[in-house]
Amino acid sequence: MIEIKDLHKSYKMGSNSLHVLKGINLSIEAGELVAIMGSSGSGKSTLLNILGMLDEADSGEYNLDGVPIKNLNETKAAKYRNKFLGFVFQSFNLINYKSAMENVALPLYYQKVPRKEREQRAMKYLGQVGLKEWATHLPNELSGGQKQRVAIARAMAAEPKVLLADEPTGALDSTTSYEVMDLIQKINDLGNTILVVTHEEDIAHMCKRIVYLKDGVIVEDKKVEQVRASTYV
Amino acid sequence: MRFLFDRNTWQEIFGSIGKNKIRTIITIVGVLWGIFIYITLSGASKGMDNGFERMFETIARNSMFVWAQSTSMPNEGFKTGRQLQLKLGDVTMIENRIPEVQYIAPRNVKGFFGSTPARVGRGKESGSYPVFGDFPTFTKIAPKKIYDGGRFINDEDIEKARKVCVIGERTEKELFKKGEKTIGGFIEIDDVFFQVVGVHKFDASGGFGGDGDIFIPFATFKKLYNTGDNVGWFSIAAYDDVDVVKVEENIKNLLKNIHKVHPDDERAFGSFNLGEQFGKIIGFAKGITFLSLIVGIATILAGVIGIGNILLISVKERTKELGVRRALGATPNEVRSQIILESVFLTMIAGVMGIILGAGTLSLISSFTKDIDFPYTNPTVPIPYVIGALLIMVVLGTLIGLIPAQRAVSIKPIDALREE
Repeated sequence: MIEIKDLHKSYKMGSNSLHVLKGINLSIEAGELVAIMGSSGSGKSTLLNILGMLDEADSGEYNLDGVPIKNLNETKAAKYRNKFLGFVFQSFNLINYKSAMENVALPLYYQKVPRKEREQRAMKYLGQVGLKEWATHLPNELSGGQKQRVAIARAMAAEPKVLLADEPTGALDSTTSYEVMDLIQKINDLGNTILVVTHEEDIAHMCKRIVYLKDGVIVEDKKVEQVRASTYV
Repeated sequence: MRFLFDRNTWQEIFGSIGKNKIRTIITIVGVLWGIFIYITLSGASKGMDNGFERMFETIARNSMFVWAQSTSMPNEGFKTGRQLQLKLGDVTMIENRIPEVQYIAPRNVKGFFGSTPARVGRGKESGSYPVFGDFPTFTKIAPKKIYDGGRFINDEDIEKARKVCVIGERTEKELFKKGEKTIGGFIEIDDVFFQVVGVHKFDASGGFGGDGDIFIPFATFKKLYNTGDNVGWFSIAAYDDVDVVKVEENIKNLLKNIHKVHPDDERAFGSFNLGEQFGKIIGFAKGITFLSLIVGIATILAGVIGIGNILLISVKERTKELGVRRALGATPNEVRSQIILESVFLTMIAGVMGIILGAGTLSLISSFTKDIDFPYTNPTVPIPYVIGALLIMVVLGTLIGLIPAQRAVSIKPIDALREE
């Protein structure tokens, strides 16, 4: 599903240049649930941003579902993001003046899905995350865990090929973290490819594979025995 | 274009506009105020324009009066200070020599310029009223409204020197009892009986004159007061498209020639050029219209800039939201058009409200000034002005929206998302 070869990225900080990714090679199959771990500054967020086409690599190859991601202009990147990717952020990033349902329907709006169908599909995904009754509520009427579930529903609504989660549990207490991870695992069980960036060991071990990043290189890449989050809930 | 008529687009726009109601209202008020000022000012100046038009509608705009004075320079053996007298014969000369003259009406009066008004009586009633000797042409220059059933002096009256007269409203009121038939009735003017053929409605405009004026045929006046071919003054109307000042000069030069006055003698003939005065007033009104246009547009501009400013702040506030939208697949164009559309939409809403409010104010002013003597009639804003204003608003709204829109898309989604 994801094919990365010799990916380099550096940031210019005044006269210095900060080499963040120093040749990443990574291959992710469809249906995998991968955790990317590393301390802050290890380049894990940068990697995720490049995977999410929010940022562009300086050199290297990136193929997403067989499509080479290269020299994208903003419009094209937006189209690809909309078609291929779903995002889950640490701080949820729901639009606060839109109800839960409208938030979930937003990616479909950009896919030019008609309103009726959009709402139907949004409701379906809200149902999947167990928030059907909360459809008309605004984000500030929801708890942190509920917000993240809405965000996951939104990421799933567009039926992306890959779900990218950037510290999805970073702003949540452990109980709600496990709830969210349980949800992510269930979505993965349905066959979706998911990448989770985290720095929490227990969260990482709920995935099927852990990629350790340190100073811009992959130091370890191992398959793990998945810990089901539902055992904690 | 499809984008514009898409219900979804508008839902998005209403969503983001409705998010911060107070800010939206304040934004709208800015432009609303601008367009309100614009509409009110241009409507008011149009009203003034109309008011002046109405004041002058009763008199030919290119008209003037010319009268004789005394010479101030010796010429052809005549001494200085010779009193000049206009003659009926001058009319033909002017008509023949100066083609720009459309109408010329020689007039005489008793009751102005030092002469005593005529004694006019009917039965026991009597009073003093100015009496004018006139030709029918006079009404071409200064139309007189004649009450129903009456008429002004006609050519036959002149030919036969009929003893007929047209009296004023006041004269009628003072000499005739209520219910009495005026037309066909007889009055005595300086002991001579005249039949009333018309009553004219008094109009304050068009120079001197009053509601007690009596008009009699020029020929009859001549007989009654033994004026011969003497003419008090000429009322002259030039064609609409000619330069009245030039015509005035030509006429005076011709008169100087006829009356053997030195060509440089400026005091020999007096004149009052209504056309010129009218032109000045029209120019003044035009100036005010122009000024109000400028002020109005400047105010609109200020309002629209306000919208741009607030949208800029709003974009800054919404950086994160816009980042999320772009992460979810909004193209830069979609983001840009959304913000421009927000700007245009706010501008239009404000504009339409301002137009309605302005129109309301105008009709209010209009109803207050209806009964007072003030040159202010039917204050309207011409439709092209309104459409122009709306167009300006759309264009400005778009242009000003471009700034925050560009700002919104210039931020990379990744930076937008990172912002807390």
